[in-house]
Amino acid sequence: MSSSVETAPLRKTALNGLHRKLGAKMVDFGGWDMPVEYPGSGGLMKEHLAVRTGVGMFDVSHMGDILIRGPQALDAVQWISMNDASKLQEGQAHYSALLYPEGTFVDDLIVHKMGPNDYLLVINAGTREKDYGWVRKNVSRFRCHADDVGDYYTQIAIQGPKAEATLQKLTSVDLSQIKNYWFKHGTVCGLANTLIARTGYTAEDGFEIYVPSDEPTGERVWNEVSEAGKEFGIVACGLGARNTLRLEGKMALYGHEISESINVWEAGLDRFCKMEKADFIGRGALAQAKTEGVKRQLVGLESIERGIPRDGYKVFDNAGAEIGYVTSGSYAPFLKKNIALAFVPMAHTALDSEVLVEVRSQKVKCKVVPTPFYKRSRKTA
Amino acid sequence: MAYPKDYKYTKEHEWVQVQGNVGTVGITDHAQKSLGDIVFVELPKVGDQLSSGKAFGTVESVKAVSELYAPASGKVSEVNNDLNDAPEDINTDPHTTWIIKVQLSDPKQVDGLLSAAEYEAYISEES
Repeated sequence: MSSSVETAPLRKTALNGLHRKLGAKMVDFGGWDMPVEYPGSGGLMKEHLAVRTGVGMFDVSHMGDILIRGPQALDAVQWISMNDASKLQEGQAHYSALLYPEGTFVDDLIVHKMGPNDYLLVINAGTREKDYGWVRKNVSRFRCHADDVGDYYTQIAIQGPKAEATLQKLTSVDLSQIKNYWFKHGTVCGLANTLIARTGYTAEDGFEIYVPSDEPTGERVWNEVSEAGKEFGIVACGLGARNTLRLEGKMALYGHEISESINVWEAGLDRFCKMEKADFIGRGALAQAKTEGVKRQLVGLESIERGIPRDGYKVFDNAGAEIGYVTSGSYAPFLKKNIALAFVPMAHTALDSEVLVEVRSQKVKCKVVPTPFYKRSRKTA
Repeated sequence: MAYPKDYKYTKEHEWVQVQGNVGTVGITDHAQKSLGDIVFVELPKVGDQLSSGKAFGTVESVKAVSELYAPASGKVSEVNNDLNDAPEDINTDPHTTWIIKVQLSDPKQVDGLLSAAEYEAYISEES
C-alpha cells in the first residue's frame, strides 16, 4: 500500500466513526474519507445484489446542497441549469446539469422545487466548492441568495425493491404517494420536517432522507434504518457498489461521462437539456455544436472476449487505429458481464459495432450494446 | 485463517509450496481479503519464463487490478484453468487454490522468502 503525501486531512461525514466501527474499508473519494465496501455486508458484490433484490443503505452525506431562495430564484436556476425548472411543481425534482459557456459540464445535479422562491440543488462531493463558487457568481445578478447547506445534513440513501417497506416503518408519511423524483417533508425517526426524496443513484426504486448532521442523530437514524430493513436483508453499501450500480444503469459520474471537456450532446444527455427555454449558460455553444455536428458519442460496450474494459483504457477500431477511450468500465455484479461506457466517433456508434479495448497488453473485442445495461421492472402505477 | 507452515511467502502476498523442483504458487488470505471478490485472473502460458520478483499475471477484483509477482525464477509448467470460470475459488480457499506451477531454475531462491511466522508478523505491521 502506498501512502500519499497529504496536503489537507480527508473530510469526514458525521457517520465516519460508525463506518469504521462497522469495519468498513475506507478510501479517499474526492477528498472525503468514505467507505468503499463493508466486509460485514459480504463485500461489494453482496452489497450490489442486495440493492437489486432487496434493500441497501448508503451514507451519501459527502454530497453538497445549495439552497437558492428569493423572488428571482427560478430565474436564477433557469440561467445556470440546463433543464427547465419552470416545469417543476412544488415537491418535484429533476436531473440537470450546470454548464460552462462552452456547453460542457461544471457538474450534474438534482434540482428540487421546495417552493415558488425556494430551490434545493444537490451536487457532487468532489465539486462542492467549485459548484458553490460557480453558482454564487452566476446568480449574483438575480434577486436571490445562494446558501451552501451541505454541512447541515446527513444524507442517507435507502435503495432497492424493499426500500419503501423499510422506510415506511420509520415515518407516518404515506410513501406510496410519493412518485419517482418527487419529495415530501415529514417526520422520520421522530425528526420533524425531514426531507424524504424518491431519488437515488442506483437505477432502483429508493429514497434519500436528509437529517440533521450531528453525530448522535446520524448514528441513531442509521441504526433505526438498519433495524427496520433487517427482515429484508438490508446491508450497508459503500462507494464500490454505488459505482457498479450506477454504471449498470448508465448514470453519469462527474470526471468520467461528464466533465469540463465533454459537451451535453457527446454525453447523450439531450433529453435533460431544454434548448427551447430562454437563454441559459452554455446554450449558445450547444446550438453551435449541433450545427457543426457532434463528433463523438458515449456508447455502451460489452466485452465479447475475456478481459475487463476499465476506466481510461483506449479504444481501437479493427484496423488498429485509436478511436476513443473508456470513461467507466467494470465487471457488472448483477448482469454478470463486463461492461463499459466509452467515447467513440459517430461511425462506430451503431449497435453491434465491434471495437477493441486495450486491456494492458491485450486488445479485447467488445461490441456496442443498448443502454442502460440494466433497467428495473416498473410496477404499474 | 492459518498460514501453512510448509509454505514460503513474499512481501507481495504470494505463497509458494515447493516439492522437489516444482513450486506451486497462489496468493494469501490477507491478499484475497484486501482485494475483495475476485472476478478475473490473467494467467501466463505454459512454457513462459518467469523471473523472480517480476510480474507474471494479474488478479482482478471488481474495483482493482493487482499484479502477481513470481516468487522465484523458472518455467511455467502448469496453469490452473479452473480460474477462468471460478476465479472466486481464490477467495474461498486462498491457500489451497493454486494459480501456477513453476519448474524452478534455482530452488534455493525460495529459501530467501518469508516463513509463515515472518509473513504473519509482516502483515500485522502493515495494517
